[in-house]
Amino acid sequence: MQDITLWFQDLLAGNLIFTPQTLGYYWEGLVTTTQLVFLSLVIGLVMAVPLAIGRSSGRRWISLPIYAYTYVFRGTPLLIQLYIIYYGVVFFDGIQETFLWPMLREAFYPALIAFTLNTAAYTTEIFRGAIKATAKGEIEAARAYGMSQGLMMRRIILPSAFRRALPAYGNEVIFMLHASAIASVVTLMDLTGAARFVYARFYAPFEAFLFVAAIYLCLTFAILYLFRWLEKRLLAHLKPA
Amino acid sequence: MRHVNLLLAATLAAGLSAGTAQARDDAEIRLGIDLPYEPFMYRQADGELTGFEIELGEAVCDYLDATCVWVEQDWDGIIPGLLARNYDGIMSSMAITEERARQVLFSDPYYTTPSAWFSLRDREIDIEDRDSLEGLVVGVQRATLQDNYVSELYGDLVEIRRYTSGDDVLADLRAERLDLTFLDAPVAESSMELDAEDTRFQRVSDFIKEPEHIFGQGVGVAFRQRDRELAERFNEALAALKEDGTYDAIMARYFNYDIKL
Repeated sequence: MQDITLWFQDLLAGNLIFTPQTLGYYWEGLVTTTQLVFLSLVIGLVMAVPLAIGRSSGRRWISLPIYAYTYVFRGTPLLIQLYIIYYGVVFFDGIQETFLWPMLREAFYPALIAFTLNTAAYTTEIFRGAIKATAKGEIEAARAYGMSQGLMMRRIILPSAFRRALPAYGNEVIFMLHASAIASVVTLMDLTGAARFVYARFYAPFEAFLFVAAIYLCLTFAILYLFRWLEKRLLAHLKPA
Repeated sequence: MRHVNLLLAATLAAGLSAGTAQARDDAEIRLGIDLPYEPFMYRQADGELTGFEIELGEAVCDYLDATCVWVEQDWDGIIPGLLARNYDGIMSSMAITEERARQVLFSDPYYTTPSAWFSLRDREIDIEDRDSLEGLVVGVQRATLQDNYVSELYGDLVEIRRYTSGDDVLADLRAERLDLTFLDAPVAESSMELDAEDTRFQRVSDFIKEPEHIFGQGVGVAFRQRDRELAERFNEALAALKEDGTYDAIMARYFNYDIKL
């Protein structure tokens, strides 16, 4: 252990910007970014499945409100949504007295809400496209077997739709990681927040931002490989023999 | 953009060759500012720029037979913007510190102000009692001296939130997201309207100007290191304005106490 500490001190010796303290900020930022992106993606995914089913429903009173939701959240910049949710909520009188305040008071939860609603809207549309693209023959075959609508959705449509949606959803995950860079405008110390702090402290934009760009690149590569592995496994049957 | 710089370079060169001659009648001097920073620089209701530094800057430009062009720039990018030649100087309440002086060339200081702690009015806070501050949430403007002060002296005691603009700090103080803020005192007192009956804010500490390694020696105009001549002309103009009463007259319009240096 002592060897590692010594090696580390050696490595940083004479470096004014990347001190153990600033690296600590970057590490904190990495943790915050990962938490924020991971949680919003998981919650967004869980929300998107029923929403996508509703969105492809023939009943307009179900599909229209969902369309309105995805239209609004895909039609406005995420930054604006974040501003509205963070700075906007405090203009409701008495919000400080409600049970929501302990959460809204922090910067993390408003950011999480904004990111979740945003990614859920995109994911809903991705899944809806995949559901719509289900081969007619499969549906007809399911009907011929006497499957109910629910059973058909569960056994036939959704499993194949998820596979079709996989590449597009992989992109959405990467976009979400990159979009999370705006979290620092509401004082969240995410990766970009850490970079801005180092930049502002040392007036060294190149070092601060190149370093953080390298971290984002590594994260992106990790996501890319995860999805490539998933695609290899789940879409193997689509490959030419 | 570019031709203005060329023009300036040309007039500077002319100034150099002509010795003391002041033949730079229609030169523009572009100054970077971060708005709003009441009462130093802000927009009136009609959009017109005004404030102590704006008026002082205009007076300097007048003295130098030049025109001031004010360029808006967010604070945390204001030094890189200068180095990238988006403007020729920064006249935006920038305190002279060692770290900054490595990047830019400062004029002589032209004012100094204290900082102070502020909170909502109904809060009871004792700044002297460090233990009672533990865990409180403090808002500061990112990369300011106030940020440095709180980070260095209270960093492991309180939770620090860093904002891009002073407005956002006030918004979150009002929203009760912040317990405290540490800001430049004249700016805070002006934008919090502390004189007014119905203000929601209060100052909870004395004026703080120490230690010098954080607060520096006062506020100066920042130039690129190579623009030594421009800095010297500014120094000359500032000295003259301080001498002939123009400075005092401008100061009296904005402050009822002395900030002159």
